[in-house]
Amino acid sequence: MYYKLPRIEYYRPKTLEEAVRLLEEVEGSKVIAGGTDLLVDMKTSRAKARALVDVNSIAELRGVEDLGEVVRIGAATKLQELLESPIISENLPLLRAAVESMASWQIRNMATIGGNLCNASPAADTAPPLLAYEAELVIAGRGGLRTVPITKFFTGYRRTALSPTEVLKDIIVRKSEWTGWGYIKLGRRGGFTLSVVAVAALARVRDGVIEDVRIALNSVAPTPVRAYRTEEALRGREVSRDLLEKVARTVVDEISPIDDVRSTAWYRREMSYRLALDALTEALGVK
Amino acid sequence: MRVAFTLNGHRVEVDVESSETLLDTLRLRLGVKSVKRGCERGECGACSVLLDGRPVVSCLLLTVQVEGREIVTVEGLYGDELFEELFEEFSKNFAIQCGYCTPGMLLTSYALVKRASGGPLRVSGDHIVKAIEGNLCRCGTYPRVVRAVSRVLERRLPSGSRL
Repeated sequence: MYYKLPRIEYYRPKTLEEAVRLLEEVEGSKVIAGGTDLLVDMKTSRAKARALVDVNSIAELRGVEDLGEVVRIGAATKLQELLESPIISENLPLLRAAVESMASWQIRNMATIGGNLCNASPAADTAPPLLAYEAELVIAGRGGLRTVPITKFFTGYRRTALSPTEVLKDIIVRKSEWTGWGYIKLGRRGGFTLSVVAVAALARVRDGVIEDVRIALNSVAPTPVRAYRTEEALRGREVSRDLLEKVARTVVDEISPIDDVRSTAWYRREMSYRLALDALTEALGVK
Repeated sequence: MRVAFTLNGHRVEVDVESSETLLDTLRLRLGVKSVKRGCERGECGACSVLLDGRPVVSCLLLTVQVEGREIVTVEGLYGDELFEELFEEFSKNFAIQCGYCTPGMLLTSYALVKRASGGPLRVSGDHIVKAIEGNLCRCGTYPRVVRAVSRVLERRLPSGSRL
């Protein structure tokens, strides 16, 4: 196979304003960050673009910052940088676990967290942890900046709240006192694999009572999803193995998996239940 | 577009279409044949290069994106002490069969050992497996590659300890 990319114009703006202006003025232009999804899609004609606006040279889009109450992640930060960031390991262990399961070293050196979100694959691996943390997304456009909660960002299969002339700038995660977390990704093989289903869980348990809990999954619906009803059934209850086994099944009613090349709808439902049970067991510290 | 970057220590300047991948520029324009054309979609690692010291796949990089950056391929590592040591261990441990994945495998291993040697050594066999996840070897030399890289890493550990 000898893939050929179509002819494209290439721009590498140094500022966010310039990037937004280019996206507005250049017809058929698209943002390129890591390129690890976009260029594959362009090679296979799944994505089309006449011009690419490369956001990798925009300094304010890079890096991880501890701002006290929140952690700010620049959208064009490479996945490998997240993996190596002490700020991430210390404050967002759930996100770190997900990133560690992603792709290969080469791809993590290229791919960005913003690209993973904006590409909006149902299998996006950074989505479940960020949905669980309820990250805020700062988006730059003509009118300046606006903030969208990640729970409102994925609007449909490979669709997001982002307009074609907007650029995702930051991912902001509020630090919270979670007492535990659990992350399990099931793939077709151990490494460098897309998820068949992944479950991310966060919990805050005080005196044996579940104060708060969040569960998010990918690859089991048109978008990555939160399992709100399962969370609701757990909140305020006393932690027990019995409760978990009764409630974890609820996730199956909150997803709509399909048969595809990686798995079947039936298997995804079964595994969503099993993995939710296991991730919650870990997050809640159930013996 | 005119693009200038450093290739194996030398400054090169090429005039390329914006849509040209670094893989094509290296192989077809600059004669760098160690960089192999494999899956062309970032899955096999045969086209790996070091970009500012970090392994990346050249099939998903546009040449225009490497303006001012530093690219290293195995051609640029001949004579490098660590590289020669790795190459020696690859040979001794029969970590090469058909050889198609070998340049990429060597580059990733080189980057791993280089990093591990830079700070306190915290590398285990699992780290080697994780590091080469992106380099497919259809001959199945993985255990031999892990063994070869282990030998090199072990020599950098305090005497007597093993990975």
